Amino acid sequence: MAEPSAKTVGLVGLYDDPATLQRAAARVREAGYTKWDCHTPYPVHGLDRAMGLKASPVPAVALTAGFFGLLAAIVLTGGLSAIHYPIRIGGKPLFSWPAFVPIYFELFVLFAALAIMGSIIVFCRLGRWHSPLHDSGIMKEITGARFAIVLEAADERFSEQDARALLEETGCHDIRPLVQHEEKDDAII
Amino acid sequence: MSANPSLLAPAALTTEEVDLRRLDRDIYGPMEAFPTYRWWAAILLTGGLAGIFVVCLAVTVLRGIGTWGNNVPVGWGWAIVNFVFWVGIGHAGTLISAILFLFRQRWRTGIARFAEAMTIFAVICAMQFPLIHTGRPWLAMFWLIPYPNDMGVYQNFRSPLEWDVFAVSTYGLVSLMFWYTGLIPDLATARDRAGHWFRKFVYGILSLGWRGSNRAWSHYEKAYLLFAGLSTPLVLSVHSIVSFDFAVSVIPGWHTTIFPPYFVAGAIFSGFAMVATLIIIMRKMFRLQHLITDNHLELMNKIIIATSMMVGYSYAMEFFTAWYSGVAYERYVFLNRALGPYAWAYWTMAICNVLVPQLLWFKKIRRTALLMYPIVILVNVGMWFERFVIVVTSLHRDFLPTSWDYFRPSLIDIGLFVGSWGIFLTLLLLFCRFLPTIAATEVKVVVAESHGSHGGQHG
Repeated sequence: MAEPSAKTVGLVGLYDDPATLQRAAARVREAGYTKWDCHTPYPVHGLDRAMGLKASPVPAVALTAGFFGLLAAIVLTGGLSAIHYPIRIGGKPLFSWPAFVPIYFELFVLFAALAIMGSIIVFCRLGRWHSPLHDSGIMKEITGARFAIVLEAADERFSEQDARALLEETGCHDIRPLVQHEEKDDAII
Repeated sequence: MSANPSLLAPAALTTEEVDLRRLDRDIYGPMEAFPTYRWWAAILLTGGLAGIFVVCLAVTVLRGIGTWGNNVPVGWGWAIVNFVFWVGIGHAGTLISAILFLFRQRWRTGIARFAEAMTIFAVICAMQFPLIHTGRPWLAMFWLIPYPNDMGVYQNFRSPLEWDVFAVSTYGLVSLMFWYTGLIPDLATARDRAGHWFRKFVYGILSLGWRGSNRAWSHYEKAYLLFAGLSTPLVLSVHSIVSFDFAVSVIPGWHTTIFPPYFVAGAIFSGFAMVATLIIIMRKMFRLQHLITDNHLELMNKIIIATSMMVGYSYAMEFFTAWYSGVAYERYVFLNRALGPYAWAYWTMAICNVLVPQLLWFKKIRRTALLMYPIVILVNVGMWFERFVIVVTSLHRDFLPTSWDYFRPSLIDIGLFVGSWGIFLTLLLLFCRFLPTIAATEVKVVVAESHGSHGGQHG
């Protein structure tokens, strides 16, 4: 097999402490980059604001799914007890909703929780097992307690010299190009 | 009135100075080394116990539940006692992971993962008993889950037993998802630390390709918070609904409104006792005393004594209500509990759950693993007996004295209960071997904060 041609898909700056990373993130945002990210071993407080991230849509998704669950529970219990197979017991109403409240609650929670799990996978872009970060060994340094800023080459502002200059300006001493082999290329980091 | 500032200062969460790399070494180290002979000995023992479960299950299935000790007035015997016991054990895990998270209790990070794992394994054990006690467990799914069928006959959604199906299965699933969500970043660390390709492959798959991206963390933290928010009412609902199995009936001794809060307090009480019982061994086995410190034990003990008093209050209140109701049957059931043929069980329960935990008022006992250990063991015993007392003493002398009988468990009953411990402990030992027992990522946030740099809100 021939050596696959490699191309630079981004530039990585590695930092040793979260405070410097946070200042650097604010600088990158001010410089106008849009396709970039910070990678950290644990969630760093205040980094969302430094990066200018919008509020996560997860709560809205969960709430919507929860109400779908509630609706499903109402249809399930009421539909089966009052319409599909009505049996009157002890003179009680067929649609005796107070007796169904536990099921309403449980299905609300279940649907919302499934939606949250689904949102984690979709919004956090999980389920993609290959990334140049893994291949280059940079991920290993991040989980081993370092902090990284990744500037993607796909960003229209990106040029290797400017990006390198920007990272150096933020006090980064460990800057590396991020290389991806073309055969695996799906333009996502 | 001015508060003493040292009382408000948070207790130290680690006894030694730990940096992030040392933390990784301590938490992931035991997973990466070859299991010690002690671990092999332990899993051989618990595996043997689980074998007893399999044998007793086979006997139950082949010969029927006539092999159990259940008799005519006591139709709910050990199966339901064990079910309520195991579901209750799980509650501490959810309390620690969800409710203490919402209250921003930092100390939960050290014990949360272990307690959550315990929750899931306890729910697995709990689910066995109602399934087996149907007699034909392979058909139970059709009886429990509403599925479209040709007969057009469906479950009775007004029955607390059907509520239970929804409550326990939702609880099991949500606990599993919550636990797995917490594991993802830690599995990614395990992946990146792995030396062997197979290890890297397995943890790589399990970590779903986690890259620690802050755009991901932003969603992740919100999702984690929501899981905690959902699990909090969920955990309170589950044992409430389990208590409805009893409270919605008309049996004297069961038909009381105090049952839901009484059951929830008891569940948290027993769950914390179980966490303490197991985590003391675990931290010793894997040398994690600097991460699961005596401060953690003391805080758990404070919750144990608080819930012990709630449970004690409920015991007293049940007697008061029986007397105050003026109902002859109610009064008789409670007198019979304390003075009748099962008085030994009642007083075992009362002494283990109310009197013994009073020793935890002493700081020395709260902070010494060796001294508190017998106490938490007795709480576990007492809480099992609480369920036994509730189920058996309310049934064994029913309305008609000619049908009164004394319930004795059969060998198969005992084997199933002992065997369920085998399943529980085997799963726990496998967990300790293959997954990070401490939520490393969450502890990192706490450690980073104590170093003065900015940590996340996650923890």
